[in-house]
Amino acid sequence: MTAVDERAAEAAGPEIGKARRRKEDQRLITGRTRFTDNLSVAGMLHLGMVRSPVAHARITAVDTGAAKAAPGVVAVLTGADLADKQGSLPCAWPITADQKAPNHPAVAVDHVSFAGEIVAVVVARTAREARDAMELVDVDYEGLPVVLDLETAVAGAPYAHPELGTNVSATWVYDSAQAGTGTDVDDEIAKARVDGVVIERTFRQQRLIPAFMEPRSILVDPTGEQLTVWSATPVPHFVRIFLALVLGIPESKIRVIAPDVGGGFGGKLQFTPEEVLTVLAAQHTGKPCKYTETRSESLVSGHHGRDQLQRLTLAATKDGTVTGLKVDLLADMGAYLGLVTSGIPVLGAFMFNSIYKFAGYRFTDTNVFTNKTWTDAYRGAGRPEATFGIERMMDELAAELGRDPLKLREQNWIKHEEFPFSTVSGMTYDSGNYEAATARAKELFGYDELRAEQMQRRESGDPVQLGLGVSTFTEMCGLAPSRVLGALNYVGGGWEHASIRVLPTGKVEVVTGTSSHGQGHETAWSQIVADRLGVAFEDVEVLHGDTAISPRGLDTYGSRSLVVGGMAVVKAADKVIEKARTIAAHLLEANADDLEFAGGRFTVKGTDKGMALGETAFAAFQGHNLPDGFEPSIDADATFDPVNFSFPHGTHLAAMEVDTETGAVTLRKYVCVDDIGNVVNPLIVEGQVHGGLAQGIAQALFEEAVYDENGTLVSGSFVDYLVPSAADLPSFITDRTVSVSTTNDLGVKGVGEAGTIASTPAIVNGVIDAIRHLGVQDVVMPCTPLKVWRAIQAASSVTSKGGAA
Amino acid sequence: MTRISVTVDGVEYSDEVENRTLLVQYLREQVGKTGTVIGCDTTNCGACTVHLDGRSVKSCTMLAVQADGHEVTTIEGLAQDGVLHPMQAAFHDSHALQCGFCTPGMIMSSIDLLNDNPKPTETEVREGLEGNLCRCTGYQNIVKAVKQVADGLPSAGASVSTGASS
Repeated sequence: MTAVDERAAEAAGPEIGKARRRKEDQRLITGRTRFTDNLSVAGMLHLGMVRSPVAHARITAVDTGAAKAAPGVVAVLTGADLADKQGSLPCAWPITADQKAPNHPAVAVDHVSFAGEIVAVVVARTAREARDAMELVDVDYEGLPVVLDLETAVAGAPYAHPELGTNVSATWVYDSAQAGTGTDVDDEIAKARVDGVVIERTFRQQRLIPAFMEPRSILVDPTGEQLTVWSATPVPHFVRIFLALVLGIPESKIRVIAPDVGGGFGGKLQFTPEEVLTVLAAQHTGKPCKYTETRSESLVSGHHGRDQLQRLTLAATKDGTVTGLKVDLLADMGAYLGLVTSGIPVLGAFMFNSIYKFAGYRFTDTNVFTNKTWTDAYRGAGRPEATFGIERMMDELAAELGRDPLKLREQNWIKHEEFPFSTVSGMTYDSGNYEAATARAKELFGYDELRAEQMQRRESGDPVQLGLGVSTFTEMCGLAPSRVLGALNYVGGGWEHASIRVLPTGKVEVVTGTSSHGQGHETAWSQIVADRLGVAFEDVEVLHGDTAISPRGLDTYGSRSLVVGGMAVVKAADKVIEKARTIAAHLLEANADDLEFAGGRFTVKGTDKGMALGETAFAAFQGHNLPDGFEPSIDADATFDPVNFSFPHGTHLAAMEVDTETGAVTLRKYVCVDDIGNVVNPLIVEGQVHGGLAQGIAQALFEEAVYDENGTLVSGSFVDYLVPSAADLPSFITDRTVSVSTTNDLGVKGVGEAGTIASTPAIVNGVIDAIRHLGVQDVVMPCTPLKVWRAIQAASSVTSKGGAA
Repeated sequence: MTRISVTVDGVEYSDEVENRTLLVQYLREQVGKTGTVIGCDTTNCGACTVHLDGRSVKSCTMLAVQADGHEVTTIEGLAQDGVLHPMQAAFHDSHALQCGFCTPGMIMSSIDLLNDNPKPTETEVREGLEGNLCRCTGYQNIVKAVKQVADGLPSAGASVSTGASS
């Protein structure tokens, strides 16, 4: 379609489903941005955070004398100065009653447990003066033994926090026999050992860094009646509540603003030490204070993601019907529990069984402390780990049985006529059609042709072998039904709030509790409201990201914004219409039941009498002639709490070329067909899928947070942490099938994390499929040329030894 | 401190700068051009890319004093008389941005890429933008936007307000 055609398409028909160009873009493409670091307040001071260079030590002395005497320095604050004020950073999801967790100070007082932990705060007139003075803060460390490896950590000493006397934080179990959702998995495995197939594998989910493009930044102005906090956060409402709870500031005295926020991907879903310390520094000095992290600081101190050791046992009959799945996870918490650190692996409990009909299932997660940066949400959060595990296992089963991986999956997945379907992990999948998505993906991919080419290359002994990677995934989106969160011991709810105000001139303001940081809510919410209220797309203004403007909300994460927040907007719009109906009926001297509402107008059935929504708003504004006792407003608030998650799914296929002589891996073709229910804006959806794919592919091929034996992050800059560039990725072929969600009125399912969740196993399965005939069963991610080459060498040496014997 | 004279987005400035001041720091802190942003500290991400005498440079990788006597164009100076540069319009039209943080640098690099190679292949676009990282888009729509400009296709976004009153 040309741009001109697209413009024409924007003009006609319902807004929902239209590829509207984004309202957000104009400021972003012209540099009129309000990222936190762009903001200044008169008299503003700048902070520098002095960070521990060692992973585990006692702090024996902190000398701030030279730093305090440095030019421009206003104050230097240490753990000793703030110990009584800073409280402990919260874990909002204690997964068990006996979960162990260390105190989590914003600035270390006498003990550091990862390299990068803050040990002092320098406050100066300029950022450069703060940075210069940071070098003059002299901290004496008495080194303690570090624990870095998950299996070592579980075994016993040394401990990341000696006072805990263990590195195990908690163990969480879901057992289908106990829960009444399935059989005993041990029985299934025992049966399969006798007359079936048992696949046992250990996979490593490497540690990743979210690496949002905008480094985190905080500006705090303490000079007003309310403390105003600007933060590069996707969760301004969380930040407000936790500042109140942790620092004892009355919540009503805090205003948190998330201005333009440059990406997050879960990496900014946090209540941070830097937020606490910028507030404390502003209170200490009585002056506005700003802190902006460098990229190197961001990589070492922003929370990391993934990092699991997965021991998986899959039982099946000889004909390939899966019967049982046992999951044993060791999950690396790093040194502390952040906001939802401990719950991330637990989210995987409901996803390991995926789209397959297992009879028995047990999931055991053991959360482990190490002397590394703490982990927490990263795009997908628990579901990518689970999807990787099960999709790798399905390929291993297919290989064991000599079956086509897609046919084996189809034999085991929930058929489209079986929805709604209650799974072995206790979820109820509302809708889906795995057959349709897979058929479309195979067609776009040229699956059969590529299989033929693969055979041909095998037979000709081509040094560049071809592998076809498969991933038929599902995920749970729309976090979350509050009752479910309560049952999982999460401290918060999962609802979302919206307000709609129809201004006297007929323009509409939508206030949403979600907090967009690249997702395009201003555009998508405008489309929803334009359709619902029959007003022009351009006449809708979406307001968000400021607790003074949007006082109620639970923010943006977990592919929840449209599914939960968008539904709150719909509910508020419906309330507006009902209020306006009362006014219209009064003014039109008709019975409210006789009014029809369409295209933004109320009309009296069977007559040409009518009035526009805007006219009812003006009548309310005037208040001259309203029904007796009617409040002069048609504005409305709504809070939506979902009754269930939504379950997007899709089939992703990757053609991987592996040079068996060098280990080099090339992604030749990537096809994905996602089913995310109804689509509000296909342009935004495509963008979310593309970006998600890039991050999932990057886990498979490029990215890893690497620590040395002392606990120093050696991939601590963009030189070493390989975020892919345009040159590292191909263009993706994407399409959709639509199984409308039955759990919300919009029929939507969520798309923010789909690409990331699905793509990692597709890529790795493709790499293994290219070299399995050489004896390779696994390559630990990221599948770098060196690792692939070594895997091939190791397998061929085993093969040749075997041959000699 | 050193006095420098630099033309930024068509306006001449004469300022005292510390010798160690990076060009990006000068632009943001002294000239107020916060449209140019800082994404890393190792010259990898390209978010701070501006034009120096019409060629793209990473403004975190040169000193302000090196810009003395030169002409700098930032993302804020691209639109002329209230009309977007075709590359800005194409980024909007192709949905080549999500959070928008990499966008200023990405647009400035893309323009220079086409200066060097007016009709690039997809591979040449991808390789030409290797020095600019984006975490949101997977690059697909950025490549599409650059191709759209190279191929002379019209953009629906040309009418977007630049925010200037002119």
